[in-house]
Parts: sequence; C-alpha cells; structure tokens
Amino acid sequence: MTMDTTMTWLIALYIFMLAAFTGYEVISRVPSILHTPLMSGSNFIHGIVVVGALHALLNATTPFAQTVGFIGVALGAANAGGGYVVTDRMLAMFKSSGKGKN
Amino acid sequence: MLIQHIVGLSGLVAACLFIFGLKRMSSPVTALSGIVVAGIGMVVAVAASFLVVFDLPADVAPNRVVNVMLAVVALCVGGGWAFLRGRKVGMTAMPQMVALYNGMGGGAAAAVAAVELSARAEPTALGMATTAAGALIGAISLTGSVIAWAKLDGKIQNPWRFAGQRIVNGTLFLATVLLGIALVVSSGSPHFALLAILFFAGALAFGVMMTLPIGGADMPVVISLYNAFTGLAVGLEGFALQNPALMIAGMVVGSAGTLLTLLMAKAMNRSLANVLFSNFGDGAAHGGSEAHGEMKSADASDAAVAMRYASSVIIIPGYGLAVAQAQQKLYEFVKLLQAAGVTVKFAIHPVAGRMPGHMNVLLAEAGVPYDIIFDMEDINAEFPATDVALVIGANDVVNPAARTDTSSPIYGMPILDADKAHQVYVVKRGQGKGYSGVENLLFFEDNCSMVYGDAQAVLTQMVQAVKDLAA
Repeated sequence: MTMDTTMTWLIALYIFMLAAFTGYEVISRVPSILHTPLMSGSNFIHGIVVVGALHALLNATTPFAQTVGFIGVALGAANAGGGYVVTDRMLAMFKSSGKGKN
Repeated sequence: MLIQHIVGLSGLVAACLFIFGLKRMSSPVTALSGIVVAGIGMVVAVAASFLVVFDLPADVAPNRVVNVMLAVVALCVGGGWAFLRGRKVGMTAMPQMVALYNGMGGGAAAAVAAVELSARAEPTALGMATTAAGALIGAISLTGSVIAWAKLDGKIQNPWRFAGQRIVNGTLFLATVLLGIALVVSSGSPHFALLAILFFAGALAFGVMMTLPIGGADMPVVISLYNAFTGLAVGLEGFALQNPALMIAGMVVGSAGTLLTLLMAKAMNRSLANVLFSNFGDGAAHGGSEAHGEMKSADASDAAVAMRYASSVIIIPGYGLAVAQAQQKLYEFVKLLQAAGVTVKFAIHPVAGRMPGHMNVLLAEAGVPYDIIFDMEDINAEFPATDVALVIGANDVVNPAARTDTSSPIYGMPILDADKAHQVYVVKRGQGKGYSGVENLLFFEDNCSMVYGDAQAVLTQMVQAVKDLAA
C-alpha cells in the first residue's frame, strides 16, 4: 500500500467520524413529534446512492455493468423520489394553532 | 480535469445542503423548508453526475449514448413510480412505504457494489473489502425491508419461527461473511464470479431470515435499523467510489438512524438485541397478572357530556384511532369541547402509532395543531389535576401493570399515567387485549369506564351529544 492510499484511507475515516457526529447531533435535538418525518427525511438523503449508481452506469463497459447499473439507478431514484414525496407530505401537515385559530 | 472539479464541488454543495436540510427538519417551524433544501442538494448532485459523460475514459466512450439513455430511463422509471406511489399512499400506510423506499436504497447500494466488484481494474484489498461490506449491508437492508414492508402491509401475517432458528441464521451470516472474505482474497481468480453470486445470495437470504421471526409490533424499530443500515452501506460505497458526498450523506444517516433506533427501542423499554432475537409478541407464552374488580361500561353520550362539563381533558390516541379513520371526527369533537371552554390536550406515547411520531403525523393530517400535542414526559405530571382522560384505540401504553407488576412482559415500559386522572374513558372495540397480549389493569380501576364501539361511531355519537346540549 502506497503512502497515497494510506492518506486516502485515513481521510476517509476522518470524514466518516465527523459525519457520524453530525448525524448524532442533528437528531439528538429533535422533538419526538418529528421522528417519523425525520426517519423519512433521512431515508430520502441516503437516496444519494443514485449518484453512485449513475457513476457505475455511465462508466459501464459490459452488458452486466449496464444491466446492474440500470437496476441500481432505478432503485436509487425510487428511494430518493419516494423519500422526498412522503417526507414533504408529512411535513406539510404540521401547523401551529396560531395560524388556524378563528 | 475541470469537469472532475465541478462534479466534486457539486458533491460538496449537496452534502452541505443535506446537513442544513436535516437541521431545519429538526424543528416543526422550519421542517418543511428542510426537505426542500435537501431536495435541491439531491437535484444538484444528480445533474452534476451526468457531466462525467464529457470526460469518459477511451474504453467507455463508445457506450456513451446507450449509457446516458439507460440512465435517463432508469431515473424516470424509478423516480416516477415512487413519486406517484408516494403521492397516493395513505398516512396510515406511511411506515411500510418508508420501509419499501429504504429497501430500494439498500438494493441500489448493493447494485453499485456488484458493478464495482465486477469492473474494478486495479483492485486494492481495502477497496474490495469496503465494497463487499457495503454490499453485504445493502443486500440485507433490501430483503429485510421488503419483509418488513410485507408484514406491515399485512401480506405476511404471522412471524415464521422454528427451533434452532438462531443457529441457522448465525450459520448463514457467518457463511456469508466468510464468502465475502474469500471474495476479497480471490480477486481475479476464475472462481470469482461464482463466489460473488453465492455471497450476494447469502446476504439477500440473511435479510429475509433475520426479519421473518420478528413480530409486527417491532417492525418500526426494524425499519429504523434498516434505514441506518442503508445509510452505512451508501457511506461504504461512497468510499469505494471515492465520492465524499456519498460518504458524508450515508454516514450522517447511518449514525442518525442508529440513534433513532436506540431511542425507539428505549421507548419500548427493550434493548435492540431483545427486539431482534427474543421472539417477543408471541402472545401464547405470556403470564400476565390477575385483574381485580370488573370492567364498567359507559354510554358514549354520557361520556361526552361529562367531558363537556369538565375543565380539563387529556386525550390519549392510539393506533386503533387511525385504523378506524376517526382522527377527523375526534378533532371535530375536540373543537366543540374547546368552544365550550374545556382545556383539551393530546398526550402521545413515544410508540403510539407504528413509528415514533407517527401519531403526530396522523393527528396533523386531521388538522390538529401541534402545540396542543404533548410528549409523555411533558404531560404525565398533569394527569392528577385532570378531570377526564379519554383513551382512544390505545391499550398497552396506559397499562399500570407496567409500573407495578414485575411478572408482566411490559413491566418497566414508561406509560402515560391516564389512571391518575379523576375519570378515565376508554373507547375500545371489544374486551380484547393489546398488541402485547397483556391484560390491561386500567380497565378494571374504579375511575375507569369503557365505551365500547368503533372509534368512528363512538365519536360521531359524542359529537352529536355535545351538539344536542347546545341546541
């Protein structure tokens, strides 16, 4: 393993660590009434996997890579698209009585 | 080179927007804008990833047009289907929908891994290991989520259990991990394809086997766990692809999802291991305590009149309310009480509904403002000074046995202290037991009366009774 890849590996660990703390901090302050929308919202965010699938598909050279890449993009797009709509619908319902009262 | 920079920067922008969006989602006031912010991040990242077609290596260039067309079709098919399904699905069916979308994300991560494993030109051991780990977790999340969806959707009714199941599952998991290690070691060997197929099959099968024995009541925790799994798988594939945006987004979801899972398990007073391995919810094996006294029943209109002349009412809704589709009717009743000067509050148990916060969503759908909805810890102290507690479609979360009866399966679970109110009305379809199969001691208390009937029908009577008083 060269010096270069060792650094990449270490930087990756730094990124993972900082991201893990970020996720923990953001969620730990959330009131429980928002837990379901938030689970749905985080479900939407890991829909970013569609970008990885697009990378795989657009760089595909074999029919296998094209087929599996196609499935990956379709599944990832469903994750992102569905996650967005469902979260948006849930959050649109939250309103305070300040606006609604008489 | 320039294109790589643009794509890289778009990833950074997306990651920032995701975190900022999640942050905004953490308050009811800004939540709706939060998902929009995160959505913009997604659009930026997806659009930018198409830029690579202008900078393809020579061996890929001939496939450019076909690949782009495939990508566009896949985006439209997957995204379009999910968009339409997501628009139509009812709010009560939301948990299983989230499970399904989540499983698809896991499947996408596994697909990325499969392509990476097949196409990697100069594999490094670390890259291979990360890819394989992401594949394992993603594949488990895919089939596990699909089983969770089928269970919540009522397509699979009973947990499937047999003697020695844990040993079988453990062996399967171990075999799959060993296959994964063999895969990493044997890169480039003629057996590679066969090993890869066995490895993926093992991971997919394990997801099914792991989820089948878990009871329907525990599915929310399981979905939350698989949500974290998918995040982790995406993060690992991000490393394999050297894509920091995937790494950050995946890991943020991985850690947030893990925390959320633990919070949910804690609210049910169970450890995660207990949820996954204990075969809870069997019903048959439970002891449960002897109930003293007898159940009294009350007329819906009598209960309504009592609440109309009370000064404070706390309503404890459960999933039964949503099943009866009676949230709208309930809010109509609440508005009548409020007009008569009664202070009405909603008390939500952390596991009310099918996911934490699910009941809040269901009430919000009916138009109930969120500032009269309270969490358990905020409202429990108010019950002794409350005139009437109205329990609708909830059972285990108000069972005092959780406080006192050490032999009860739900002993130690935090509950709403409805029994401490001066008068308790329980709207319930019949005399059956709750989801946990435990007898509810509250129903036998002196200050408790049962109002039997479908929540929708009972509330209609209650609304009518209050209106009749005014007329």
